This record gives sequence, structure tokens and C-alpha cells, in this order.
Amino acid sequence: MSTKVPSESRPIAPTPQWLQALLLLVPAGVWLALLLVIPTLLIFELSLVPNIKPGDLVNPSGLGNYWRIFQSDVLNVIGRSLLFATGTTLLCLLMGFPVAYWIALLSPKRWRNLLLLAFVLPLWTSSLLRSYAWISILRPTGVLNTLLTSLGLPTLDLLNRSPAVFIGMTYSLLPYMVLILYASLEKLDRRFLEAAADLGATPPQAFWKVTVPQTLPGIAAGSLLVFITGLGDFINPELLGGTSSMTAARLIYNQFLGATQNWGFGSALSMVLILAVSLAIALLIKYGDKNASSL
Amino acid sequence: MQAPSKSPLRISWQALFSVLMFGFMYLPILVLGFYSFNQSPNSAQWGGFTLSWYVKFFNDSRILSALSDSLTVAFCAVGISAIIGTLMAVGLARYRFPGKQLYQGASYLPLIIPDIAIAVSTLVFLAVIAVPLSLWTIVAAHTVFCLSYVAFVVSTRLVNLNPHLEEAAQDLGATPYQSLVRVLLPELMPAIVSGCLLAFVLSMDDFLIASFTAGGGATTLPMEIFSRIRTSVKPDINALSVVLMVASGAVALIAETIRYRSEKKRLQ
Repeated sequence: MSTKVPSESRPIAPTPQWLQALLLLVPAGVWLALLLVIPTLLIFELSLVPNIKPGDLVNPSGLGNYWRIFQSDVLNVIGRSLLFATGTTLLCLLMGFPVAYWIALLSPKRWRNLLLLAFVLPLWTSSLLRSYAWISILRPTGVLNTLLTSLGLPTLDLLNRSPAVFIGMTYSLLPYMVLILYASLEKLDRRFLEAAADLGATPPQAFWKVTVPQTLPGIAAGSLLVFITGLGDFINPELLGGTSSMTAARLIYNQFLGATQNWGFGSALSMVLILAVSLAIALLIKYGDKNASSL
Repeated sequence: MQAPSKSPLRISWQALFSVLMFGFMYLPILVLGFYSFNQSPNSAQWGGFTLSWYVKFFNDSRILSALSDSLTVAFCAVGISAIIGTLMAVGLARYRFPGKQLYQGASYLPLIIPDIAIAVSTLVFLAVIAVPLSLWTIVAAHTVFCLSYVAFVVSTRLVNLNPHLEEAAQDLGATPYQSLVRVLLPELMPAIVSGCLLAFVLSMDDFLIASFTAGGGATTLPMEIFSRIRTSVKPDINALSVVLMVASGAVALIAETIRYRSEKKRLQ
């Protein structure tokens, strides 16, 4: 908070410009307060109400909705969300690092911007339609199985199970990972790599001892972004995962727009999701600082 | 014929792997394109070329009304965000005040909090203050994340800006309003435009927040698409995908070109 620094309350400009400051900051501030901050506080209040339905009076009376989360069926759902998010993060890292490395360090210099743009271009298309495309590919009579059959191979039944969710989520989030890793690899000081080679390091040694430590902040930031986006992903588990891939986001959706209307429980789950995301960010900031000071 | 030995073509495994990954990124888009021109939509075999899915899609009144709802929401939300988001970014760059970090933190929240949580809290808020859900509640909810993105892009530009430009203008007799509109705004324009394009695409793409704040009155394009995909594979969706992808690809290229040009100009 700003109270730690006493000089912060003084405007930079010499003349008192409080009116200008108000005109600049109040419209967006009011909008954010009304439609973001107050609503978040409201769902916290609502999360303390057991079995509330639309139209009921809000009467906070305990942590029942939070205890409900610790029942095994809900814990399974949360575990699955964490599994999808973690697995997707690892897959994006494994698939994204070589691509970012190639674009940033090995590809012809004039192509780099174009290559990066081409790789992230699919991000700009509708996320629903990208998932839908994977349905066309993975369904029993889809592109993949037609191809496998024509090659004389056994067909794969991936749709409506967790492999399809991993594929869809990795596909959606890979461009973000490549974008962040590229920014980090682009700044890599190559003299360190040359020095490592001069001193007799093999390429794998140079990679693990020079490249990875130098790009660690990028790796951490990319992983965090993919993880938190994956944790809150609704579309891919819903469209590709079938009934067996219930995740936290889908469970929340069902408490409001689905068959099981329970706004209090849905609010509690949302609070847990917000908390999990904040925790991940706090960990990165702490870890990132440590990392910076050790360099 | 042999390649000249002077420039041996060395292909690293990273290059091969990257080609594979480019294929992975474009496979779904190619598949949608393939199906959209395919006469037999329910098999992966080529059944002959047709444009009938496009004809069907352009005559589908529900899709067209959903498209018009989506465009209304996106234009309104982005228009409001362009103004108040830019003002906020300028205000945050210029002034220090108690609670600034809290304000700044709140402005970043929509970039961080999962959509589902924003959707839920907005719905609960609207229910508590008893505002009937409509197209305009979607606009209000979309403005929250649109203004965050616009402000975010504009502030990255503000950081790199010469802080004395405005002072110079005011020393030469410009009023604060004149120096904002004549000096600062032209400098910020590329950032405002690319922030708006990003916000526009995100607004057009949003399914969760729209479906929580729409009520019965409005259906945006993603909501219409979602309800169709849920029921079964619909071939005219393929045609719609191709049209949408070409449109958003064009927006993406414009945004990137603007960003690239302004960066080049800055470096000169």
C-alpha cells in the first residue's frame, strides 16, 4: 500500500491539479469499483450463505459452502482442474521451448517477427471454434481416425475423455507460452554461450547451465500464465471432455446456469478459484524476486 | 543436381520440431476450411466442392442477429473503454495519490482473474441491485475487461514517452486540455488503436461473461455457436468459422502492423 511512502500523496506536477486527476481517474475507477470490486466482495458474502437460490434473502451464516468443497466428489473435481492446468503447463513448456528457441536464436533474422506473428495468429480466432475444430478432428469418424484407418492402424477414442482436454488446452495456450519464452530468449546474452563453448561445455551443458538459468524468469512467467488460464478454462473441458471431465470452472457454471442452482456454493468455489490464482501469482513474485537477487 | 557444397543446409532438430508445431497450430484451421467446402460434412472423406454451407450460413437469421448483437456489444464496450481506459492510463502515469496501488491493482484484476469468476460476480451483483439482464448489461460487463486491456497497452506506450513533451506544450501556452488532445493523444494513438483491436477481438470471443449477463433478451455470436456445437456437429458452423477466422485474422494483421510500425518509428 502507498501509505509506506509519505511523498506519494503529493502530485508530481507543481500546480494543484486535483480536478484534472479526478476527471482522468474517476470514470474508469467508478466502473471498476461498481462492476469488479463490489461484485467480488458480494460473492464473498454470498459464499457464506448455504443453499441460496435466486430471489432468496442474503443472510450470511457460516462456512458450510466451504466445507462442502472438502467432500470427496468436489475435491476430485478440483484435483482434476489442477491436473489439467499442470499437465497443460508442462506440455506447453516442452512443446513451446524448442519453437521459441528456434524462432529467437536459429531462424533467419529478418523472418523472426513474421514467424512469431504466424505462430500466434490462431490466438485471434474464436476460442469456441478452435475447440470445435478439435471435435471434428478427434471424434470417432473424424479426421484423425479416418487417417489412422487408411494407414491400417487401430482407431483412437480420444473425444469426451481427458486426452482431448489436454490437446485442446495445450493448443489454446501454446501461443502464449511461445510469446513469453521468445521475449525472454531474444534477450539472451550469447557471449555467455560462446564463453561456455570456449571453456569446453558440450551443447547440452551450455543449455542447462547458461540458457535455462538466464531464461528462468520467462519460463516462470509463461508457466504461470498458462497455469492460471488453464485453471479457469471452461470451454475446452466442456466441449472436449465429456461428462467425465468435470472441472472447477464447469462446476461453478452449473451452480448458476446449469441444472443444480446453488449460488452460495458456486460463489464459494469462485472465491477458491480467485484465491488459487492469487496464490500462484504471489508465489511467482516471491520466487521471481529470489531469482533476480541470485543473478 | 547437387546443392552447392559451400552453403550446406544445416537443419537443426529445433527447426524440424517447429515446423511440426506450426502444423499443429494450423491443423484445426485447415480442417475447418476443408469441411466448409465439403459436400459430405459428416465424414472426413472429400465429397466434392460446394458453397452451400456458406449460402446457408448467410441466410441464417439467428446467426445474423447474434452477429449484430455481438458487434453492438463489442463496439459499445470498446468505444467506452477507448475513452475511459486511456484517461485512466494517463491519470495513473501522471499522478501519485493515496491508494494508487490499490487502484492500479484493481485495473489489472480483469487480466488475471478467470472469466468464470468475473462472470459469476457480475451476475450476482446485477441480481442484488435488481438490474434486468439485457444487451446493455453485457456491454457494462465487457467494458470492465476491455478498459483494462486498453489501459494496459496504452500504459506500456506511456512508459516509453518523453515526459517533457506536455510540459513544453504548456510552456508555449497550451492549456492542459490542448496539450492532452494535440500533443499526448497523437503520440498515444497507435497504442490506443491496437489496445482497442485487442479488446474488440476479446469481446467478440467472450462466451462466459456474455452468457452470465445476457438474460433472455440477447444472444451473442459465441452464445449461439456454443448452443449449436453442444447439440451436434453442424456443417454450417464450419462456414461460419472460416468467415470469422478470415475476419479476425485481418484484424490481427492490422493490429500487428500498427504495433510494428509504431515500434519501428520509435526506434528511429
